[in-house]
Amino acid sequence: MRVRDDRSAQGRGGSGSPRAQVHGTAGSQGRTCAAAAGGVTGEPTPIASRETHCHLVAGLRNARWDPPQWTSPKQQNGPTRGSATLLGYTAKAGSDTAALAQPPPPPPPRAPTSPGSVKVGAVPNRRLGSVRGVPVSSPPGRRARLSYPGTGRSSSEAREELRRRLMGLIEGNRVMIFSKSYCPHSARIKDLFSSLGVECNILELDQVDDGANVQEVLSEITNQRTVPNIFVNKVHMGGCDRTFQAHQSGLLQKLLQEDSAYEYDLIVIGGGSGGLACAQEAAILGKKVMVLDFVVPTPQGTSWGLGGTCVNVGCVPKKLMHQAALLGQALKDSRKFGWEYSHQVKHNWETMIEAIQNHIGSLNWGYRLSLREKAVTYVNSYGEFVEHHKIKATNRKGQETYYTAGKFVLATGQRPRYLGIPGDKEYCITSDDLFSLPYCPGKTLVVGASYVALECGGFLAGIGLDVTIMVRSVLLRGFDQEMAEKVASYMEQHGVKFLRKFVPVMVQQLEKGSPGKLKVVAKSTEGPETIEEIYNTVLLAIGRASCTRRIGLEKIGVKVNEKSGKIPVNDAEQTNVPYVYAVGDILEGKLELTPIAIQAGKLLARRLFAGSLEKCDYVNVPTTVFAPLEYGCCGLSEEKAIEVHKKENLEVYHTFFWPLEWTVAGRDNNTCYAKIICNKFDNDRVIGFHVLGPNAGEITQGFAAAMKCGLTKQQLDDTIGIHPTCGEVFTTLEITKSSGLDITQKGC
Amino acid sequence: MHQAALLGGMVRDAPHYGWALQPVPHNWTTMAEAVQNHVKSLNWGHRVQLQDRKVMYFNIKASFVDAHTICGVSKGGKETLLSAEHIVIATGGRPRYPTHIEGALEYGITSDDLFWLKESPGKTLVVGASYVALECAGFLTGLGLDTTVMIRSIPLRGFDQQMSSLVTEYMASQGTRFLRGCTPSRVRRLPDGQLQVTWEDLSSGKEDMGTFNTVLWAIGRIPETRSLNLEKAGVHTSPTSQKILVDAQETTSVPHIYAIGDVAEGRPELTPTAIMAGKLLAQRLCGQSSDVMDYDNVPTTVFTPLEYGCVGLSEEEAVARHGEEHVEVYHAYYKPLEFTVAERDASQCYIKMVCLQKPPQLVLGLHFLGPNAGEVTQGFALGIKCGASYAQVMRTVGIHPTCAEEVTKLRISKRSGLDPTVTGC
Repeated sequence: MRVRDDRSAQGRGGSGSPRAQVHGTAGSQGRTCAAAAGGVTGEPTPIASRETHCHLVAGLRNARWDPPQWTSPKQQNGPTRGSATLLGYTAKAGSDTAALAQPPPPPPPRAPTSPGSVKVGAVPNRRLGSVRGVPVSSPPGRRARLSYPGTGRSSSEAREELRRRLMGLIEGNRVMIFSKSYCPHSARIKDLFSSLGVECNILELDQVDDGANVQEVLSEITNQRTVPNIFVNKVHMGGCDRTFQAHQSGLLQKLLQEDSAYEYDLIVIGGGSGGLACAQEAAILGKKVMVLDFVVPTPQGTSWGLGGTCVNVGCVPKKLMHQAALLGQALKDSRKFGWEYSHQVKHNWETMIEAIQNHIGSLNWGYRLSLREKAVTYVNSYGEFVEHHKIKATNRKGQETYYTAGKFVLATGQRPRYLGIPGDKEYCITSDDLFSLPYCPGKTLVVGASYVALECGGFLAGIGLDVTIMVRSVLLRGFDQEMAEKVASYMEQHGVKFLRKFVPVMVQQLEKGSPGKLKVVAKSTEGPETIEEIYNTVLLAIGRASCTRRIGLEKIGVKVNEKSGKIPVNDAEQTNVPYVYAVGDILEGKLELTPIAIQAGKLLARRLFAGSLEKCDYVNVPTTVFAPLEYGCCGLSEEKAIEVHKKENLEVYHTFFWPLEWTVAGRDNNTCYAKIICNKFDNDRVIGFHVLGPNAGEITQGFAAAMKCGLTKQQLDDTIGIHPTCGEVFTTLEITKSSGLDITQKGC
Repeated sequence: MHQAALLGGMVRDAPHYGWALQPVPHNWTTMAEAVQNHVKSLNWGHRVQLQDRKVMYFNIKASFVDAHTICGVSKGGKETLLSAEHIVIATGGRPRYPTHIEGALEYGITSDDLFWLKESPGKTLVVGASYVALECAGFLTGLGLDTTVMIRSIPLRGFDQQMSSLVTEYMASQGTRFLRGCTPSRVRRLPDGQLQVTWEDLSSGKEDMGTFNTVLWAIGRIPETRSLNLEKAGVHTSPTSQKILVDAQETTSVPHIYAIGDVAEGRPELTPTAIMAGKLLAQRLCGQSSDVMDYDNVPTTVFTPLEYGCVGLSEEEAVARHGEEHVEVYHAYYKPLEFTVAERDASQCYIKMVCLQKPPQLVLGLHFLGPNAGEVTQGFALGIKCGASYAQVMRTVGIHPTCAEEVTKLRISKRSGLDPTVTGC
C-alpha cells in the first residue's frame, strides 16, 4: 500500500493526495482478474482472484478495520439467490448444480468471525465456470462484512476508508453488483448476468452490518441511491433498467469484452484545453491515449493548429489584443507622466497580428511536443463514432482510419454561430477569423452582446477603429446587470457606439477588398424601423454552438440536448453512455471557461485511471471580462443572489474607486466600481464579488480563493489593504446599497 | 513615479503590439508637476475632510508640557497651549541621514526631497537597501536615468531573501547598477557641480570613487519623537530605535497617551496598518468596540520595477518557526502572457507559497513577483486570513489568462527538486 501511495503521488506531481492511490493498482489487478475470468475454465484457484482477494484483506487491515470475513464454502449460505450475503457470489442460474458440485454450505453466520478466521488461501474455486455463455456450476465465493470499526476513528476517516474499499471492489471486479437480497430488481439483474454466463461479484447491502453506509457512499460515488447498482469493467452502468437497456443496445456485451478488445484505453475527441488536459493526465497515469483534433475551416477559410479555442481563437489572442489596446491608453497617459513625443501614434494591425500569431504558433508547437513527450498519440483528423467503442478518423485528404478505445472523452468545444440571414456566411467574420485577419478590419460592426462582442469591440476601438456594437436585448446575459451596464457605459464614453434593440437582416457586399465595403440592413426589435449603414467589416459574436451534431453520437446513443446541442452529464462528467465522458464548453449547465475545462479534464482522468474521487467543483468560479475596463467577478450576480436568497436576506456593499494611476493621468473618477453581496443570515458571508477596474482579473483571483475558504464581510474588514492598489478597496467597504448613501470618491 | 516608469516600459512594448512609435525621452518636470498637483489635491482633500467632520486642525509643531498638555509653535513662532483627555501620537518617521559621512547632509537628498524635485535628478547614486531605496532606484532607471544602488549588506532585510535577490536581479537586468558590500565615506562637490562620492569596498577594503548628479540617502527612517518632549509626559521610548513603546491596545507607558503608525515600536511601517490601527483605536476610545489591531498576516507590496507582493511568513521565518521538515514550499517560474509578444524577459517572474507540510497544508505565506503584484496579493491575503489550505487554493479555478491564476496552479514543491518552470497554458 505504501509503495502504491508513493507511485500515485508522483503521478500527481507530488501533491500526494490520499485519494490517488490504491485504485490504480486495484484496477490493474482487476484487469488480470477479469482476463483470467474470461479465459480460464475450471482453474481451481486462479491467482488473479486470490490477488484481488488479498488486496481487499490488506486494505482492510491497513485501515485497522475488522478484517473481512472470508468464509469457506462450508460456512456459506446455500447458493439460492435470495439469501446470498456474498461478496464474490458467482451469479449462476444453475445454482442448484453448484450445490451439486460443492458441499451445501451451512446457513450464514450472523455473528462476525474473528480476524483470525481469515483464510486467504482457502478461497474456493469461485472462478469455476466463468467462461462466457457456458453455464457451469459455480459455488458462492466469498463474503465480506464491511463495517465501521469501533471507537477511536473519526467518521470521516472511516468514510474515506469505506469509499476506498468500495472503489477497490468496483475496480477489482469485472462485474460488481451492489444489491439487496430481497430486491426483485436485483434478482432480475443477477438473472441477466447468469443468463449471459457472466460471473459477478455481489454485495448484499441488507446483509452486511454497514449496508446503510455503503449505500450512502455509493450514492456519493454514482449519484444513485438505489439498488441494484451495477458496475461493469469499472464503468458505472446504473440500475436495473439502464443495465437492461445496455444489454439491448449491445453496450453491455461490449463492456464485458472490454479489456483486450481495444487499441486505446482512452480516445479524446478534441484537442482543446479540456481534452489535452485529460489526455495528458491519463498518459501520465500510464494509459494508452489518443487525441483527435481537427479544425473545420470557417466559411472564410480560416483554420489553426492544436490547442483549441483558448489558445488559437480565444483567451490568448484576445488578451494580447486587449493588451495592445491598453498600451494605446498607456501611450495617452504616458504624456501626462512626462514621456515626450509630439506625433500622433498610429497602430499597425499587421505588426500586431504577426506578433500574436507567432506566439500562438509557438504554443501549438509546445502542445504537440508535450503530447509526444507523454506518448499520447495525436491524430489531426476528424473523429466520428461509427459504433460502440469505435471511431472513424478522417484526415484532410479524406483518408479514413478506425480506432477503438475502452473509454472516450468528448471535448469538441464550440464554434461561433451565424445569424442565418442573407450574406452572413459569405461576408461576415467571427472571432474565429478576427485574430488572424491579415488586414486591418477598418470600420467594424460587432453584432452581439456576449462578452466576446464587448471584448472584441473594446479592443478594436482601443487600437483606434470606428466600432459599433449592435445589441438585440441584454448585455452580458447571465452576468450582474448593473456591472454589465457599467462595462458598456465606459465603452460608450470611450468611443464605442451602441445600437440597442436592433438585429441585422441582411449583409450585402458593395466592394471587394481588404477590407471591402459591406452594407448592413438592420431592423428594430420593437417596431418596423430599419436602418442601413456601411462598414468595412461585420463581426458576428452572437453566441457559440456546440460541436456535437456531426460526431456520430446518435450511433452510440449519447444524449444531446436537442435545443442547445449540449451534452448532459452527471457530476462526474459521465454521459448517459457509461464509457463516454465529456468536458469543457459542450457540457450542459456548466461554465464555458478554459480553466474549468482543464480542471475537469485532469480530475476526470484521475478518476478514470487513478481511482481518485475528486470531482470538479463548479461553485464560485471566478471569471473576468477583458473589456476596455475589465470586469472581474466570482459567485452570484446581484439578480441571482436575490432570486436564491431573497433581497431582505442580503446586504450589498459597494463603492466607486479611483485608481491612483488614473489620477495623474486625468482619467475618469467615479467609474471604477466595487461591489460585494453578503448573506446576512450566514455570518455576512460573501456570495458575490464584482469589480470593475484595471487589472480586474488579477484582483479577482485571490478573492476567489478566499471565497473558497468561506470569506465573510468581517474578514474583509479585518484585513489590511495593500496601499496603493485597487484591490484594497474591498477591505474598506462601508456603504451599503440599501442605505442609499453617496459612493462617489473624494480623498485617499 | 513607479507608474511613470511602468508607462515607459509600456511605451517600449507598444511597437511590438503594432503601435508605430520611436523611442521617446522622458521629461521629469512634466511628471513631477503632475504628481505634485495630485499630492496637493490630496492635502487639500484631507483638510476639507477634517473640516467636514469638525476636527480642529492646527498647523503647529507640538511638544508635551505635561501628560495632558501640548504646546504648539506656529511657523511665525506663536505658541498655543492645548489640553486633552486622550492624546494620540502619530508623528511618523522621516528619512535618516548618515551622521559620520562628510558631505552627506550638505549634498545628499532623501525621498522627502526626491518627489518634489523640479528638475531631473540626473545620474543618481541611491544609498541603502530598504524598499525605499529599491523602489526609487527602480523608477529612476525606468525613467531612463543612470542609477546606481549602493548596498552595505543584504537587500530588503526582513523580506524573503530568495524573493529579494530576484527583485534585485531583475533590476540589474533592467540597467540598475548595484555596488554590493560598499559603504560611502564622503561626498564632495566638484567645481562643475557634480558630486564626487568615495566609498569603501568592505570585502577588499579598497576605496573607490564615482561622480553623480544626485546622491539619495535611503538608509532607513527615524521616528519623529525627539522634539516631542516625551519625558515631560512620561512616555517611554525604545533606547535603540527611539520609537514609542506600546502595548496591543496602542497604549504607551502613560495610560491615556497612545501611539500609532510608524512612530510606534514593533509596528509595520505601512499606511493601511496605520489607518486601521487609528480607526480601531478611535472606536475603542469612544467605547464602540473592543477590537484590537491584528498585526499578523499584513500583506504588502514593494513597487520595484517587477513588483513584489507578499503576505504571511517568509520562507526563512516559516522554517525558523516550524522547522524545515514541517514546511513545504510550492513554487513556479511563470511567464506573463503580455511578456511574450513584447519579448520581455520573464526570468524573475516567480511565485512561492509557503505551507505547513502536514495536511491540510495550511498556507503560511505567499510571495509573488511579477506585474500587478499588489492587486494579485490582496485577495490571497484574504484567503490566508480565512485560513486557506494548499488544497483550497488548488481547488480555486484560475482566471485565464492572468498572472494570478499561476498561484492556483502551484504543483511543484521545492522539496521534490523538479523544475518549477511553467510551460504551456
